[in-house]
Amino acid sequence: MDLTEKTALITGASGGIGAEIARVLHAAGATVALSGTRVEPLEALAAELGARAHVLPCNLSDMEAVEALPKQAIEAMGRVDILVNNAGITRDNLFMRMSDEDWSSVMDVNLTATMKLCRGVLRGMMKARWGRIINISSIVGAIGNPGQANYAASKAGMIGMSKSLAYEVASRGITVNAVAPGFITTPMTDKLTDDQKTALLSQIPAGRMGEPSEIAAAVAYLASTQAGYVTGTTLHVNGGMAML
Amino acid sequence: MSDIADRVKKIVVEHLGVEEDKVVENASFIDDLGADSLDTVELVMAFEEEFGIEIPDDAAETIQTFGDAVKFITEAS
Repeated sequence: MDLTEKTALITGASGGIGAEIARVLHAAGATVALSGTRVEPLEALAAELGARAHVLPCNLSDMEAVEALPKQAIEAMGRVDILVNNAGITRDNLFMRMSDEDWSSVMDVNLTATMKLCRGVLRGMMKARWGRIINISSIVGAIGNPGQANYAASKAGMIGMSKSLAYEVASRGITVNAVAPGFITTPMTDKLTDDQKTALLSQIPAGRMGEPSEIAAAVAYLASTQAGYVTGTTLHVNGGMAML
Repeated sequence: MSDIADRVKKIVVEHLGVEEDKVVENASFIDDLGADSLDTVELVMAFEEEFGIEIPDDAAETIQTFGDAVKFITEAS
């Protein structure tokens, strides 16, 4: 996959999967804008990558900051060819105990911010007649998970939004796809207890958790010119846990 | 024809790939010039850039014909 001369904005680049996505796109030649809430890991990643890396801190629960992010990315890189909406938060709780705030904070960051970032980069992509939007959903959005009604709803919402947007902009050379990771070894899944992990592994035909690099590879494919005829799809990367 | 009308016509001709003589005062972008809904959004974007103006969404919806566009832009700029 050659992404030379392409520019990519990646949210959640301070996280396990996001950082790996940034590394892989950068290694393919892309200029990357690394966004996230925690500046330190972003700076460290930018230092690791060297040239062609910009740090754009952004708190995605602050809607004004969200609206500003595409503009900052365009200022930094000239344009945004590839948008990877990877940032996501969890506020797990049993449904009956879930507060309105647990619900809305997850929806704001995972779904509403994704929508606003897509809207913010589309003008440039439409003019360029080329664009790649890749929304990182989750297996949970497809099959549900107890304790994660908010997260699952937001991740399923990303898929429906991606498909609708894919219809609208396909004729302009812009593809919109989702990647739905299964259980990947990241700080987010490190929070699971050993019992939970054992139970989980019994449901994964591959017999192991996935690696961030395996998600990044899927993103790199969807970002490539070669994937120009793939749009509105969800690429499930889950070790066979759900064959959708 | 005014300078604004000329510039609007140029954008419409280039964007929609239509003959210049089809772009008349009451030519509807969608019904007469073959635009789809996304084309109309793109036309508005192109007008905004060419003339350095902001066309709010509710105003954009009222711009249905070439004449509407020229009138709006003349008043806005």
